[in-house]
Amino acid sequence: MTRHFLGDTTALLGRSLRHITRSMDTIITTTVMPIMFMLLFVYVFGGAIESGSDSYVTYLLPGILLITVASGISYTAYRLFLDMQSGIFERFQSMPIARSAVLWAHVLTSLVANLISLVVVVVVALIMGFRSSAGIGAWLGVAGLLVLFTLALTWLAVIPGLTAKTIDGASAFSYPLVFLPFLSSAFVPTDTMPGPVRAFAENQPVTSIVDTIRDLFTQQPVGTGVWVAVAWCVGLLIVAYAFAMTTYRRRIS
Amino acid sequence: MISVRALEKSYQDLKVLRGVDFEVARGSIFALLGSNGAGKTTVVRILSTLLTADAGSAGVNGFDVATQAARVRESISLTGQFAAVDEILTGRENLALVARLRHLKDPGKIADDLLERFSLTDAGGRRVATYSGGMRRRLDIAMSLIGDPPVIFLDEPTTGLDPEARIEVWQAVRELAARGTTVLLTTQYLDEAEQLADRIAILHEGRIIVNGTLTELKQLLPPAKVEYVEKQPTLEDVFLTLVGKDKR
Repeated sequence: MTRHFLGDTTALLGRSLRHITRSMDTIITTTVMPIMFMLLFVYVFGGAIESGSDSYVTYLLPGILLITVASGISYTAYRLFLDMQSGIFERFQSMPIARSAVLWAHVLTSLVANLISLVVVVVVALIMGFRSSAGIGAWLGVAGLLVLFTLALTWLAVIPGLTAKTIDGASAFSYPLVFLPFLSSAFVPTDTMPGPVRAFAENQPVTSIVDTIRDLFTQQPVGTGVWVAVAWCVGLLIVAYAFAMTTYRRRIS
Repeated sequence: MISVRALEKSYQDLKVLRGVDFEVARGSIFALLGSNGAGKTTVVRILSTLLTADAGSAGVNGFDVATQAARVRESISLTGQFAAVDEILTGRENLALVARLRHLKDPGKIADDLLERFSLTDAGGRRVATYSGGMRRRLDIAMSLIGDPPVIFLDEPTTGLDPEARIEVWQAVRELAARGTTVLLTTQYLDEAEQLADRIAILHEGRIIVNGTLTELKQLLPPAKVEYVEKQPTLEDVFLTLVGKDKR
């Protein structure tokens, strides 16, 4: 069956991309919360925050991008949940297709939708005064890291999508993910945080990813931080994928 | 065409199937009759490789559902209890998607042909969310026919449909069997089994308690008494006459 994997994934990807283009509101609502945070932090709190950089919006943007992804992936859980509920998932599973194509189509759709949302957020940030002198290479580095992060979180979102009993359960899992950047270097430097909080903030994945993206935007040397960030994303991706596939196999046996 | 032997399945402590046996001949319509929770859907899910049995064996089109699942999936089509169609896509897109997933050439033409066969041509370009229950179920059945699978499972195909839509579905099922497709139908409506099925099996508490043709089942009871009864039209007759669509 694997010989049809690419064709089947393409056919199913076409299907779920149509879902997105026919309900662009799912992309708009994904970007509303991060944009609100950005407005709030830049124009309300920003003046009082010592970020140690010239432009607070430039300091803030990497964290906002991660929040965008964290809120965007809940739609994957939502769409998958609807497929499970409606019975169309079973219809696909009873057909002679590469079965995992059903999941891959949802994951790739999430990637496309999140990239669109990220572009929207970056455009808003540019209007608010975000500037970067980063070259193509640095931008590709940022994009690559965000793609890895999106894939990792999307595979995580597949798990509640497959197992949730209610629609709220399918999307609620993303709230802690949206909150995670607050306990990192995304909004304020970690040095003013009390000991245990600081220890957590400095050693959780968001900080290394945010710092790396920030360094790429401001053309600072990324140092070894980039490898820590990549390792977090790849590690999370592998663990999430393994758990998602285990859940999936249990669902279809 | 379908053969089921000593099939057992439990969910935790609940024994849903306690040894189910039956055979379905090629090109016939077989009705699995039972009340809610009798295990009909479990049988269909095992036969369509969505669930593995705890014990016993099942074969479809000569392939074992446990060891040759991929070959079974090439031979079957499943129409679930709740019409499994994509609401956001149009009817035509739904059909073309299934044709593409069955790796057929010219999905667009297949979609158009089926829309015409199921009188959905006018609605083909509309999103399925705007369809009536009967149109949805017709589209659902049309999707099952793509690629001409030799075996079709219809799990409660008329549950929740109005009388007209029900007759439309019955018509579609009869046409299927006339073309040589083997149909396994589950239903809780006795008249549906009576109308459609060549053989009827009653599934009760996880076992098949009877299996035979309608005539055979009727012989299980004492011979009919002759009584003279004034024939009153049923409410269904009245309804169908008034809305003017009696196709029977």
